[in-house]
Amino acid sequence: MTEMIATRAAYGETLARLGDVNPSVVVLDADLSASTRTAGFARRHPERFIQMGIAEQDMIGTAAGLAASGKIAFASTFAVFASGRAYDQVRNAVCYSKLNVKICATHAGLTVGEDGASHQSVEDIALMRAVPNMTVIVPSDAVQTAWAVNAAAMLDGPVYMRLGRAPVPVIYGEGQEFALGKAQTLRAGNDVTIIACGIMVSQALAAAGALAEQGIGARVLDMHTIKPLDLDAVLTAAVETGAIVTAEEHSIIGGLGGAVCEAVCELHPAPVVRVGVRDQFGKSGKPDELLAAYGLTVDDIVGAARRAISMKTAAGRTI
Amino acid sequence: MGRALLATPEELRAKARDIRKHVVRMVGAASSGHPGGSLSAADIVTVLYFNEMNIRPNDPEWPERDRFVLSKGHAAPVLYAALAEAGYFPVDELITLRRIDSHLQGHPSMRSTPGVEMSTGSLGQGLSAACGMAIAAKLDGATRRVYALLGDGELEEGQIWEAAMTAAHRRLDNLTAFVDANGLQIDGPVAEIKSMERIGERFAAFGWHVVEVDGHDIAAIMAALAEARRIQGRPTVVVARTVKGKGVSFMENQVGWHGTAPKPDQVQAALAELDASGEGGDAR
Repeated sequence: MTEMIATRAAYGETLARLGDVNPSVVVLDADLSASTRTAGFARRHPERFIQMGIAEQDMIGTAAGLAASGKIAFASTFAVFASGRAYDQVRNAVCYSKLNVKICATHAGLTVGEDGASHQSVEDIALMRAVPNMTVIVPSDAVQTAWAVNAAAMLDGPVYMRLGRAPVPVIYGEGQEFALGKAQTLRAGNDVTIIACGIMVSQALAAAGALAEQGIGARVLDMHTIKPLDLDAVLTAAVETGAIVTAEEHSIIGGLGGAVCEAVCELHPAPVVRVGVRDQFGKSGKPDELLAAYGLTVDDIVGAARRAISMKTAAGRTI
Repeated sequence: MGRALLATPEELRAKARDIRKHVVRMVGAASSGHPGGSLSAADIVTVLYFNEMNIRPNDPEWPERDRFVLSKGHAAPVLYAALAEAGYFPVDELITLRRIDSHLQGHPSMRSTPGVEMSTGSLGQGLSAACGMAIAAKLDGATRRVYALLGDGELEEGQIWEAAMTAAHRRLDNLTAFVDANGLQIDGPVAEIKSMERIGERFAAFGWHVVEVDGHDIAAIMAALAEARRIQGRPTVVVARTVKGKGVSFMENQVGWHGTAPKPDQVQAALAELDASGEGGDAR
């Protein structure tokens, strides 16, 4: 059986280890350190852990000041607060100033579960992607999260990393190649490409398996870096497969689906069907129930793939 | 290009007059900008840059420098004038304020202008950044100090009070904040917009050491800074009572001069008045 680990857990462990080897790393949290898992860093490096209390705007501004003094500042809270409550601080103090602040936001998306809409960020990728100088990363599993955290620490500039609450299957093994801004191809196929991020990557792999049983070859790309987007991978997918599905635990507006549509329209127009939250707020429920209620299941991806392929075929007939 | 430290109130007053003249000329040339809150802060900024702060204008990134954060970022002209006079960039560049090809943005940008320590302009954010800089200095075991300048209208932003809590909780005695309490904001007197009386008591209740001064009394500003250096375990706020538009009589205490540029004849009148106030001093 596949091992299940939440990306926030991998973040916390990686961060604590990073603190061992990099004395410039400081960590800020806004009264959620047990949930965001920065508590592990706090135990190992209490002098470099800055508890900000329930004050997300002040946390991001303080992180900017630390970064302006040579620190690599990791700031964590829930995604809905990091991207929304503190948006102007992220925009002006961090991104306009191009500072080394790594906003690692946990409890992203619907799978926060029972806490409901006030705590379910479905628009954070869109908000963070729109700000100049920001790099946006959405890791899909625990192993990739560790790679991404270390890569973010090495990158000179602001980062928004979107992490989840619920355990997700481990996809990667140690020693695989990872680079920010470069999609990882998890499955080959030439009939349709499924471009996914975060928790939807494992769903995309399951969907590709189901499509294979129907004789459809689905390529699967893990687009862990939403910005800068891997344009080569998107273009190649559009040219070689002619049909694309995007899958994300986020609004279909402005997130991965939006980014892929923008790129495909400009580079090589092809049908794109977006699997995501359809301009709605979330609600309380268990993670699996929510994914089903909002159309984010393996079956939804399979259906979207078939629609994308039929659109490609219809377009081919009209030419 | 080194900075000449000015030791006496008389020398600092002359420098403040030069800086006020730059503000008037810059904003006039740009036909845009914020003269009122720049002129009210001119004496505070002058004392910081020419007497108080440990800086190396010819080495702006020197890690052990003191930091200044202009939280009321619309007073950028007074900051730019002080930076140029201190030697961070040529004084003749001041006149390019707000132009398309200038490094002098309408509000301070740390990636554009040497000596600017934090990009500000969206009010309420600078004190948090200053706290981060003060925490970093403590982490480094360094003696460098951090200064922030806030407006009294700006205190209406909630983030200021979040940061005030942070500074007190973390005992940031290397942090000194000034409130340029000129009593006016864009839509009218602060007292009518959202009353901000007893600023000192508010900060004291948050755990700060409070000094109240006349923000145009150079010696009093110097004494307040000396007092802040002696205070241990607490940040200091200097509540400086100021006159918006100070030094240009037709701008003084006039709400309309918050964000309005003087016309050429008004620039000349203002410069003449500032020159006269210096009794033939060395202002250029």
